[in-house]
Amino acid sequence: MKQVSVFIENKSGTLINILEILSGAGIQLQAISIADTVDYGICRMICDKADKAIELLRAGGIAASLSEVFAVKMTDAPGGAAEVVKLFAEAGVSLAYIYSFLYDGTPVLAFRPDNEVKAREVLLANKLSCVEE
Amino acid sequence: MIWNPAKESMSREDLRELQGRRLHKIVTYVYHNVPFYRNKMQAMDVSPDDIRTIDDIVKLPFTTKQDLRDNYPFGLQAAPQSEIIRIHASTGTTGHPTIVGYTRKDIGVWSECMSRCLSSFGVRKDDVFSVAYGYGLFTGGLGVHYGVENLGAAVVPTSTGNTQKHVRLLKDLGITGIACTPSFALHLAETMEQEGITPDELKLRIGAFGAEPWTENMRSEIESRLGIKAYNIYGLSEIMGPCVSYECEAQHGSHINEDHFYPEIIDPTTLEPLGPGKTGELVFTTLTKEGMPLLRYRTRDLTSIMEGECSCGRNFVRMAPICGRSDDMLIIRGINVFPSQVESVILSIPECAPHFRLIVDRVDNLDRLTVQVEVRPEYFDQGFDTLAPITELERKVASKLKSVLSISAKVNVKAPNTIERVEGKTKFVIDNRILK
Repeated sequence: MKQVSVFIENKSGTLINILEILSGAGIQLQAISIADTVDYGICRMICDKADKAIELLRAGGIAASLSEVFAVKMTDAPGGAAEVVKLFAEAGVSLAYIYSFLYDGTPVLAFRPDNEVKAREVLLANKLSCVEE
Repeated sequence: MIWNPAKESMSREDLRELQGRRLHKIVTYVYHNVPFYRNKMQAMDVSPDDIRTIDDIVKLPFTTKQDLRDNYPFGLQAAPQSEIIRIHASTGTTGHPTIVGYTRKDIGVWSECMSRCLSSFGVRKDDVFSVAYGYGLFTGGLGVHYGVENLGAAVVPTSTGNTQKHVRLLKDLGITGIACTPSFALHLAETMEQEGITPDELKLRIGAFGAEPWTENMRSEIESRLGIKAYNIYGLSEIMGPCVSYECEAQHGSHINEDHFYPEIIDPTTLEPLGPGKTGELVFTTLTKEGMPLLRYRTRDLTSIMEGECSCGRNFVRMAPICGRSDDMLIIRGINVFPSQVESVILSIPECAPHFRLIVDRVDNLDRLTVQVEVRPEYFDQGFDTLAPITELERKVASKLKSVLSISAKVNVKAPNTIERVEGKTKFVIDNRILK
């Protein structure tokens, strides 16, 4: 599914600026995760109207990027995430980053594999279901 | 000890007469060998015959760093290439470095002037002297090196780098003198303290410090922590290199080797000469140089000239410590850095927006340059969702900066519109170094 990534300064006030641009346009946030270093970070978000979000953020002079992320449904029980991650690990697929959120009440793992083709094979072979947009 | 009393203690009257003769000779020489000067002089309707005494110098054109850049690399060279035996380079304002060629006679004058400096600091034939300026294109290392050899002391070409090894050499070799930047001297003192070495374990007694501004407080700190006498030495590669002026035992202003380098102080705005004691921009004319003689070269260093007798017996005028610059040049670890050089690097990288900032700090007595630069938002159109491209960009900018500036800078890529917009170049620079 579509993911909005924003390059942000590690400074107070930057995140609220981004969130207000989205909320001001009636865009709803479904998931958010930030990878940070001392000086800056990447804020990854899943929201409805991702294309609209990108357009508005860029208009606001913000470095925003649209990318595809794997969003795999998992079992809502202990070991649910481990079950999914293990399949990729066994297939030799590394994950650049991972975060989770609830989508229509179902727990979902969002991640980016280093090898998309192999990752799709894992999905098919194990009948994993992804979030449909 | 006065190395060359015949020159250093020459009467003012005889010196002015010598300077006048030498000026006439050098002006005639450049007029016939450097089209740049001939054109300038013809445009001003001045001929070498109009230059008879040193007072006639005001009739001559100025030379700027921009002129050196416009005539890169050898346009201002007066001697034929076959007579050049050494070429040094220093930082230019943008792109091109400044190239300086020396004839055998130039290297001789440089060594002589350097020996005068060292002798004034008390260096003798039986001293062991460590040169901890960088060796290479920079004039610091080789300039001092030749002076020490010419004087007859033993030179240890330590160069820059490994401080712990340097401390060991100081102790094991019984080194008695050192030349480096004042900030490196303090760093050396710190390293000694960490290694548990006290000044009385060393024979070090003399320090020749230059290539960056320093203060009386730094002097007393260096003197007490290293147990030495610390002297200022001044120079610039366009004119020669280190050796242009030097302190004596009075440690009150630096005597200028006036028989070779004629100083003037001008108002940097009106270009009018200023009298003794007035602070303005320092201008030098090389009176004896063959390779690349310069007329009225604007150093951009701000200082004043002190006339009058000195207790040391030298009659050369003294210059006060440099109190600033009339341009935006920074001195970082003894190396000249122009914000315009950083700008040219940034403009050459398409991922970077033309918004940047230089931050200079002094950490453990060593200068640290950080360059902050904004990334262009369009760079993100390609679908970046990790920090890897940012760290990659930082590496790219850092490596380009290193090759242009000759010093390492830490690069901080910033999000768009996060660096404050200001008018005027100097605002690009935040210098947090406080010289107390």
